[in-house]
Amino acid sequence: MVQTIRDNWSSEVFYVLKEAKVKQIAYVPDAGHTNLIKKAVSDNEVRAIALTSEQEGVALLAGAWLGGEGGALLMQSSGVGNVINMLGMANECRFPLLMLITMRGEWAEFNPWQVPMGQATENVLSAIGVIVHRANDTSKISETVKAAANLAFEAGRMVAVLIGQRAVGVKDWSK
Amino acid sequence: MENKSKTGFMLERRAVVHRILRDRGEAAVVTGIGNAVHDVASAGDNEKNMYLAGVMGGAVMVAFGIALGQLERRVLVITGDGELLAGIGSLAIIGVEKPKNLSIIVIDNEAYGATGNQQTHTGRGVDLVGIAKASGISNASLITNPLELEKGIPSFFQDPGPYFSVVKVGTKSSPRINAPKDGTYVSRRFRAAMTGKNF
Repeated sequence: MVQTIRDNWSSEVFYVLKEAKVKQIAYVPDAGHTNLIKKAVSDNEVRAIALTSEQEGVALLAGAWLGGEGGALLMQSSGVGNVINMLGMANECRFPLLMLITMRGEWAEFNPWQVPMGQATENVLSAIGVIVHRANDTSKISETVKAAANLAFEAGRMVAVLIGQRAVGVKDWSK
Repeated sequence: MENKSKTGFMLERRAVVHRILRDRGEAAVVTGIGNAVHDVASAGDNEKNMYLAGVMGGAVMVAFGIALGQLERRVLVITGDGELLAGIGSLAIIGVEKPKNLSIIVIDNEAYGATGNQQTHTGRGVDLVGIAKASGISNASLITNPLELEKGIPSFFQDPGPYFSVVKVGTKSSPRINAPKDGTYVSRRFRAAMTGKNF
């Protein structure tokens, strides 16, 4: 399998996260986040934490804020279905939360199993009280993350940046 | 501290929690949902308590996030077997990350005490200490009587973490009390106590 990842954005996004004083980066691996995860793992000031399921990341970052640190959660749209109940805690406690979500199940998707959750992602996040930003163009991703980080950490809100499948590229399993 | 109950374990949950908290010092405490909230709050409300009164399976990870930002402070999870089972993957993360200042104490009554005492998996053979050890948390203990409890408590607060202990207790729930339940209040009070900042 070859994936053509269009990634001229992860360095800028990582810089934005560092500027926002993000110290804990939790992730469930996703191809679209590959480079961002590598940067987090190799940075001495950032603790990169691999999760077994996305909801653990919401709980971890609640704790990060309670202990005085900033954090970000990286995942794929399929993981959004795993976090909704835990987001109820973040909502009730008004924890700041920044989530960067690479989308599946939309632009040129080849796997039908990805489509239901991908198509529901924005609606279910909104339903539990998350403010949703979208970036479908790689040139807009870092500025969108910067705006989302402000909204999360300065205005104390749950914010998700949905990085469109059109922006991150499409998997090609034939190669 | 003794109690005849369905599980046959002699320790009584509230007395156990109160005894543990007597030695807490400056430790932060994160509770799981249900009885754990009331057991901890009834020992005396404390600004260094984070009561997670409405979610299953998040207590260990919340405490880990706190522990990373509060390296000089011991962070103690006090939760139930049902709550931990709902977030059992957390033990894999803790076993890998090995936070030195985190202790996880499971008050194990082998039942979902808040919903009618239905049996949990720990009452049907699942061994949480075994899972913790197999996950890489080597400092893990099982406590079933007052002597073991007294012997274990210094480890909760002083042993290099991650520390894990299961305290087997009777199924009888203790009375509910008026624990603070507004999440924004409890969380902001807690953060101010951790960081010294009010915002």
